[in-house]
Amino acid sequence: MPTLTRRQRRRSELAKAETRQALGFISPALAGLAVFTIVPVVLSIVMSLYNWPAFGERSFAGFGNYVDLFTRHPDFWPALRNSAVFTLLFVPMNLIVALSLALALSPRIRGRGAFRVLFFIPVVTPIVANALVWKMMLQPQGLFNGVSTSVFGVELPNFLADRHWAMIMVVMMSVWQGMGYNMLIFSAALEQLPASVMEAARIDGAQGARMIRSVVIPMLSPAIFFATVMTIITSLQVFAQPQLLTGGGPGNATMPLVQFIYNQGFQFQNLGLAAAAAWVLFVLIILITAMQFKAQKRWVHYEH
Amino acid sequence: MSTETGAATLPGGGAGQVKRGNRRARNTRPEGLPGTKHGRLRTVLAHAAVVLAAAIFATPIVYAFFTALKPNTEVFSMPPRLIGSELRWSNFAEVFAYGPFAKYIFNSFFVATAGTLVVLVVSTTAGYAFGRLRWPGRDVVFVLFLATLMVPQEVVVVPMFIVMQWFGWVDTYQSLIFPFAFTAFGTFLMRQFFRGIPYELDEAAKVDGASAVRTFLQIILPLAKSAVAVLAVFTFLAFWNSYLWPLITVVDYQSHGTLPIGLASFSGQHGTRWDLQMAAAIISMIPTTIIVIALQKHLVKGIATAGLGGR
Repeated sequence: MPTLTRRQRRRSELAKAETRQALGFISPALAGLAVFTIVPVVLSIVMSLYNWPAFGERSFAGFGNYVDLFTRHPDFWPALRNSAVFTLLFVPMNLIVALSLALALSPRIRGRGAFRVLFFIPVVTPIVANALVWKMMLQPQGLFNGVSTSVFGVELPNFLADRHWAMIMVVMMSVWQGMGYNMLIFSAALEQLPASVMEAARIDGAQGARMIRSVVIPMLSPAIFFATVMTIITSLQVFAQPQLLTGGGPGNATMPLVQFIYNQGFQFQNLGLAAAAAWVLFVLIILITAMQFKAQKRWVHYEH
Repeated sequence: MSTETGAATLPGGGAGQVKRGNRRARNTRPEGLPGTKHGRLRTVLAHAAVVLAAAIFATPIVYAFFTALKPNTEVFSMPPRLIGSELRWSNFAEVFAYGPFAKYIFNSFFVATAGTLVVLVVSTTAGYAFGRLRWPGRDVVFVLFLATLMVPQEVVVVPMFIVMQWFGWVDTYQSLIFPFAFTAFGTFLMRQFFRGIPYELDEAAKVDGASAVRTFLQIILPLAKSAVAVLAVFTFLAFWNSYLWPLITVVDYQSHGTLPIGLASFSGQHGTRWDLQMAAAIISMIPTTIIVIALQKHLVKGIATAGLGGR
């Protein structure tokens, strides 16, 4: 009996010591998270309920900012629409190009490592640099129109000044810049496909497109699901590309939600309204992500 | 290796082993029937498609590079030409004379390096506490950590700016380094990795009387080198490329502007110096490109294990 209690005491002392040490290990992260995430999140909720100019008097507004956004503000619905249009165009194009390239870069391609690096470089280079390069090429006197006019004699529209073309070009530039990330995810997933299943399918006569459609894609579906979820989230947060290519214009034709938030907060100094719009974005992201997780049962195949 | 030993130990089985080895080599090429006309045509077509895609893909960067070497008056020549009347390498030097471009580069390096160090310290220690130590409330706190991952940057930038005002940090290096160095992603990544290490190691260390700090520094951390490296690279790139937050918190571009902010400075009221802007863009791409090329072998593996969590 006495030995047992001693052991128990010893064990509880050890547990206490471990808890103390754990607190030491966790405290930098906890402190940082509290100051730089929890406080801003709480503050953001509070701000969204106030008229909160950058300078001057604040006043409580209740849900006034939210009501304003949906009923009165001329730029909010267009911003919401632009984010939706961008996402609907960008995500499928990104995934299709990324998957095609990952499949094309099969082991029999010589120098596939070098190709992969090439396709991945725009992902890691500063997005501002990428956007400025595209902006130069899309000028009326730039590469695209220059080649078209002098080689084919066809004058192209002024891409960045045209309501419809501007968004398409923002999407094109974004696909070029971001697709390499998903390509690498698909490449990694392709390399982990069980050789036995591929072999079995091959023996059963599956080849080429059939093989890809009926065997490879279902087996890749967890990776495709992951890439879809992440890509939709990032595309709802698009900011730099339209801001640099078009400034959100012409008019507000390419101004997405995040640029609306930025403009309201830091140009028109309307911090409360900006905070409210940010929460609308957050809820939108959560809803869409939740819907995807619900829908995944129907098309994502996991092992086991 | 197994083929060789097999051939050596199984008398008479040598030929068969070699044949099987060949077949295995063939099978690493999907639907490939090399040697047959059909297979060779397919391989050639596949290469052609990949090369074409790569050429289209590389065009913006190649064109930007040669634009960086043109006189500004020839940037928009008609018909467009890849190479101008001269190769003006001096443009790359002029970039540094045009504005405080060296300062922007220094700021980006400093902020990205310091930010990465903070992230590594915070993520490994917290990951260790979550992954390998037992303490009351651990799982609840961990869920809280994960929940913060769902908050998009846009939700916190506006109040974060206010917090920076409270601290008096607007337009300082601190405000570029700290606000986004405490994301839960790194902690989550390190926790997952630490959990995969056998627990017998800790037990043995404990029996030998090692403290948690010592176990962490001398046993667990050295085993996690690859995960730490992956986290370091992704963090560095994220800081190097970040745009929205510096745009908000930097007021005086001359003193605290980072490279992405500085790149826009070649567009002014008197038009854009496209030649210099492209030279600056190319310069800003060099460090990240070197990192990617140096790490290309680990890239796919890193994305497979770490990338599956976001940028």
